[in-house]
Parts: sequence; C-alpha cells; structure tokens
Amino acid sequence: MINRVCKELFWKEFSSYFKTPLGYVFLVIFLFGTGYLTFEPGRGSFFIMREASLTSFFAYIPWMLLLLVPAVGMRLWAEERKSGTIELMFTLPITIRQAVLTKFFASWAFISVAILGTFPILFTVAYLGDPDWGVIFLGYLGSFLVAGSFLAVGCFFSALSKNQVISFILSIVACSVILMAASPPVLDFISTFSPKFVVDVFESLSVLNHFELMQRGVLQMSNIWFFAVTIGCWLYGNMILLKENRAS
Amino acid sequence: MIEVKSISKSFDDIKAVSDISFKANQGEVLGFLGPNGAGKSTTMKIVTGFVEPTMGDVSVCGHSIVSDTLEAQKIIGYVPENAPLYEEMYVVEFLTQIASFREVPQEEIKNRVAEIIKKCALESVQGQIIDTLSKGYKRRVSLAQALIHDPKVLILDEPTDGLDPNQKAEVRSMIKELAREKLVLVSTHILEEVEAICDRCIIIGEGKKLFEGTPSELKAKSDKQRIDDVFRVITTGRPIEGVAI
Repeated sequence: MINRVCKELFWKEFSSYFKTPLGYVFLVIFLFGTGYLTFEPGRGSFFIMREASLTSFFAYIPWMLLLLVPAVGMRLWAEERKSGTIELMFTLPITIRQAVLTKFFASWAFISVAILGTFPILFTVAYLGDPDWGVIFLGYLGSFLVAGSFLAVGCFFSALSKNQVISFILSIVACSVILMAASPPVLDFISTFSPKFVVDVFESLSVLNHFELMQRGVLQMSNIWFFAVTIGCWLYGNMILLKENRAS
Repeated sequence: MIEVKSISKSFDDIKAVSDISFKANQGEVLGFLGPNGAGKSTTMKIVTGFVEPTMGDVSVCGHSIVSDTLEAQKIIGYVPENAPLYEEMYVVEFLTQIASFREVPQEEIKNRVAEIIKKCALESVQGQIIDTLSKGYKRRVSLAQALIHDPKVLILDEPTDGLDPNQKAEVRSMIKELAREKLVLVSTHILEEVEAICDRCIIIGEGKKLFEGTPSELKAKSDKQRIDDVFRVITTGRPIEGVAI
C-alpha cells in the first residue's frame, strides 16, 4: 500500500508548504492568533483563571483551526484540477486512494507541526505551576484530531469544485456545522423539521463536544472512533468525487 | 504493443468517444486527427488510464488499462494538452521529482535528469522556476517529464499547439527521432504535421473513427493531392470537387 511513489508524494506535498508563502502565513497567523487569544486580558483568559492549565489555550484552538484549516485544504485538489496537473498525477503509477490519503496525511502533518509550534506555552505553565500533563496531552491529541477532521472536510470540498474560493467557503460552512452541531441554534433549527432521534444524532456529531471532553482529560474510545470515522467518511467521499470528476 | 478495443466514453448524455478500435506497434508514429471536440483528447486520456472508458479496454504491452492500470501506466509517457506542470518548481527539481515518482532507481536519477535535460535542450533554463519559462520551454519540460523513465509508449496531445514555426520544427524532429525505438501516439489538428511525421493516421469526428490509413493514402483521395480537402470531406461529410472518399 505504501510504496515509493507515496513517500515521494508525501515529501513533495509536505515540503511545498515551506516553499510557498502559504505555509509561513499559516504558521505565523496560527501561532500569533492562539498566543494572543490565550493571553489576551479578556474573559476566561489565561491570567484571570489563575491556574497552571491550558484550558484557555485549548478553548480557542478549534476556532483558529476552523478559520485556517479550510485555507490549507482548499487548494489540495482544486488547484491540481484547475491547472491540469491532475492529469500528470493520475498518469503516474499511483491509485486514487493512495493519492488522497498521501496528500491528506502530508497536509495533516504540516498542520500538526503548526500545533506543535505552540510548545513554548508548555514551558510557561510548567514554570508557573504544576500542570496535569495527561490532560495537556489529551488536549493536544484532540487538537490534532479536530484539525484532521476539518482537513478531511476541506479535501472533500476541494475535490468538489475547481474554484478554490468556493471550496474554501463550503469547507468553512461544513466545518462550522460539524463543530457546533450540538449548539442550541443548530439543534433548534434541526428540531423544527426533524424528529427527536435526528436531533440526538446531530447532537452526537458535534466535534466541539468530543473535543471538550478530551481537553478536560476524559478519554473514551468513542471519541477517537468519532474522529476516525469523520475523517474516514469525508476522505472516502473525496475519493469518490475524484473518481467521478477528475477528468471534467 | 497498444491495442485499443472498441472503447466508448460518455459524459452524462454526451457521447465523447464511441466504439473506437486500433492497433499500433513499436517504431511507429500514429497520428490522431480530427476537428476540435472530436474526441481526440478523450481517446488519449483513456489510453493513458486517466479516464476510465464506459465500455471497451486498452491493452498496453499486454496490460489492461482498466484492470491493471498501474502496470500499464508505467510503460507510458504522456504529455497532456497544454502541458500542465507544477509551475512553482524549478526545472531540475521537477524532473527529479517526476523521476522518483516514476520509480527510476535513486542512484540513477541524477544522471537520468542530466541526460534528459540535454536531450530536450533545457540546459539554459534548468535552474529556473517553470512559471517563468516561455511556452516553448514549458512544452519541452513536459516532454522531458514524459521521457524520464524511458517509456516504450509516448502519448502526445497536441504537442505543437501554440508554438512558433521554429519550435514546431524542433518538436517534430524530436518526435521522429524518438519514434525509432518507441511507439508515438500524437494528436493534432494541423494537417501538414501528419504528412511530416506520421506513418499512419486515424481521423475521428464526433467520437467515431472515420478513416485509418497512411498519409499518402489520404492524399491520394484528392485529385489535387490536397490533404485538407480530404480531411474536410471526411469530417464534415460535405462533397468537394475532385475528392472521392
């Protein structure tokens, strides 16, 4: 399954973030944004909570990712289709499944590097007190998984339209819906035309709920499964889309 | 070497290719002729495995493009229409990348890239970003990427489209040279090109094969030896004086 072409494609995609301004813009905005939001002197911010935990840091992570991950995802297939290089790619000895997974993992690895770039905050809490490292670990794990879910959504919409702006907007909308699926406005809207069990299903699909459980230090296998299934389904959709419309 | 077995392709309601068959062998330049939108590119995309045929199959050196796609694709070098490239890459970097995608052994890549750069006369631009190259050079880079793994079958989709007369002549002489050891499948709508480089040609119109034969056979159909008159009669169906189909 993982052959040399996959490895080469992984490195090509991963290193492309460091050759173009996109990668640096993403890193700077993500790191500055999370840093600012965590320490800004507003409600629930780091200093007001007066505890050596990263609760205020992780609270903003999904929202930063919501804005930035679709910007990474939007180009993955739309750009290849628009410029025609998709013809080069799919006449190389690589299958659609390999290409989709490899591109996804390369971009996920890049976003993970950005998330890991927030490491100085660990020194801050370690210096100020005695944090619960298990909780922090789960918070980071949750962040990677949320990023992966959003990226999978982004990949899907990127394969749907050749226009990067359209895929960006559709990804943000879809990511917002799955992020806030359990929030009152969404559930109220759903309940106006759906029976109770649909509302319950919707509530259980909330990325934010699953993430908050993890960043509070609760790890259930169902959380991991939730993210794995979310990522898997969107990527599967991505493969089907590419199979159907790569040539159009 | 290549056997196309009654392939058809429909996009929704539109039938782009219907029931096209042909064979071609090593050492041959097979020209694919037809008006724009006749189904030339779709046929080529099916042969390269980029588009799946709705019906039919293509056998490339015994490998089916439908069921054994990757093995068949390893034998093919392909220059798509308009020569799309990863424009943000440097020429050498791009060719090295394609060489490793094409599974050229690691230790041979450097030599292979140098060799192909020389063959395609890219020495002067090898350190440039592809985006900054002229159209002619981009075509050559595209040809270079198609040749990097020394494929037995070379498929070129309108390789001279948009080039100036000098560049056209260069590409044609290159095709002729390559055809000594490879099978070259080339699509075009420039008729003089067919005479200049093709051993055999196939004319298609509205997705169907309308003619198969040598350029001289095509020419002989016109009293005045005018190949474009014959082409027009075959593809439009309207009679022209002195042309008998």
